[in-house]
Amino acid sequence: MAVFRRQRSPQLFSSRPAGALRTLFMIATSIMLMVYDHQTGSLKQIHAALATVVWPVQVIVDAPHSLLTWAGEKLATHRALLTENEQLKSQLLQEQATLQQFAALQQENQRLRDLMQAAAQVTGRVSAATILSAALDPFRHLVVIDKGTHDGVYQGQTVLDAYGIVGQVTRADPLASEVTLISDPGQAIQVEVNRTGLRTLAVGNAELSQLTLPYVTNSADIKEGDLVVTSGLGGHYPAGYPVGIITRFDRDPAEPFAHVSARTAADLSSGREVLLFWPSQPPPQTELAPKPAPVIKVVPKSGKKRP
Amino acid sequence: MRELSAPRGVWVIAATYLAALILTVWPLPQWAEVFRPAWVPLVTIYWCLWLPERVGVIIAFFAGLLVDALSGTLLGEHALALVLVAWAALWMHLQVRVFPWWQQCVVVLGILALHALVLFWVDGMLGYTVGAAMRWMPTLVSAALWPWILQVLSRSQQRYHVG
Repeated sequence: MAVFRRQRSPQLFSSRPAGALRTLFMIATSIMLMVYDHQTGSLKQIHAALATVVWPVQVIVDAPHSLLTWAGEKLATHRALLTENEQLKSQLLQEQATLQQFAALQQENQRLRDLMQAAAQVTGRVSAATILSAALDPFRHLVVIDKGTHDGVYQGQTVLDAYGIVGQVTRADPLASEVTLISDPGQAIQVEVNRTGLRTLAVGNAELSQLTLPYVTNSADIKEGDLVVTSGLGGHYPAGYPVGIITRFDRDPAEPFAHVSARTAADLSSGREVLLFWPSQPPPQTELAPKPAPVIKVVPKSGKKRP
Repeated sequence: MRELSAPRGVWVIAATYLAALILTVWPLPQWAEVFRPAWVPLVTIYWCLWLPERVGVIIAFFAGLLVDALSGTLLGEHALALVLVAWAALWMHLQVRVFPWWQQCVVVLGILALHALVLFWVDGMLGYTVGAAMRWMPTLVSAALWPWILQVLSRSQQRYHVG
């Protein structure tokens, strides 16, 4: 290790190629970029330009998967297609039967909401997108989808799948967008327990498809298996969509809050198809502000239900 | 000869970086994700050691920006880490070149530890502190892979006369 000592062989450490000044300049530029990107988020053009440069890489990485899917579709036999068609038809019939009931329920819900003068449920339209198979930073739960601002995707948009909330668009580039999953350690989502109306927060932790509900008191009425849905407060997510199912509820008298965790309703680990959600009304932030009444009303209701 | 053909084999350097970027985002099963080698830093170390007059902190910076765009991290996070990697590799490139392979592995381990430290530090400031123990896995795996990286890259360098 003596070779490392500067005094013995100074000519070995010629600073020519590194260029101390150049290195310092690059370091300063990187730090400035990070600070700007984090605090102002005003580097949209640079992000968009870089995203366009790396777009081919994402396509190359996704190619084997899409090629396999394509080949599978082309090589599917007539018989297999017929069977699948049959299955899908019967499934559709079942879903339609459920939907009939749903329409009636929705009308009833609307009437009751009118009686209570509560805000209307946010409805909207959805459009499908595919998750590209590129792996992102392993310590964050991010995915890239194949729709961008060209398709009307915007930052903060809600992303769903067939079973529940997937996450939100955290960056919309022209050709692709980055979606942060609800299980990301930096994400929190406003939820309510469907059975009791108890409102709380669900935050992501290190595990994929796992959520923690850190602010549930020991006396709260929660059971394992309870469905947790979005409450719509905060205005980021539309209300009433499934978020997760409670998998653990441990009371700890020594601590102010219970240990509560949930499994995400959406298939975050292996799903490839997601739905982008466009609310039909402007985001409910403005709409919630003048009507605090339903928020107050729900609290005693959850207490009353307890035997 | 070398002075005459200055831009010789630029495409080889570009191709190794492209391959490294592709491998960086190539889908792996969930459990294997933390063992993914740090491909772009490895390629940067190689070119900074053997071609310091061509590849340096500026190329490392732009490669880092591409990694940031690909992996969805803060813009400049990987750029900063890679600039430091390039600087460290350039600083000691003359000794490391004559080191036996196992000693090179130790040096690469040290440089990549610096890389991981920068990423960990920035992520820590952003609040991403989970999985701290797993953060050193890519460093260990990459350092263990160094002899093979060296073989593959030096062969392609000789074959295509990159200089």
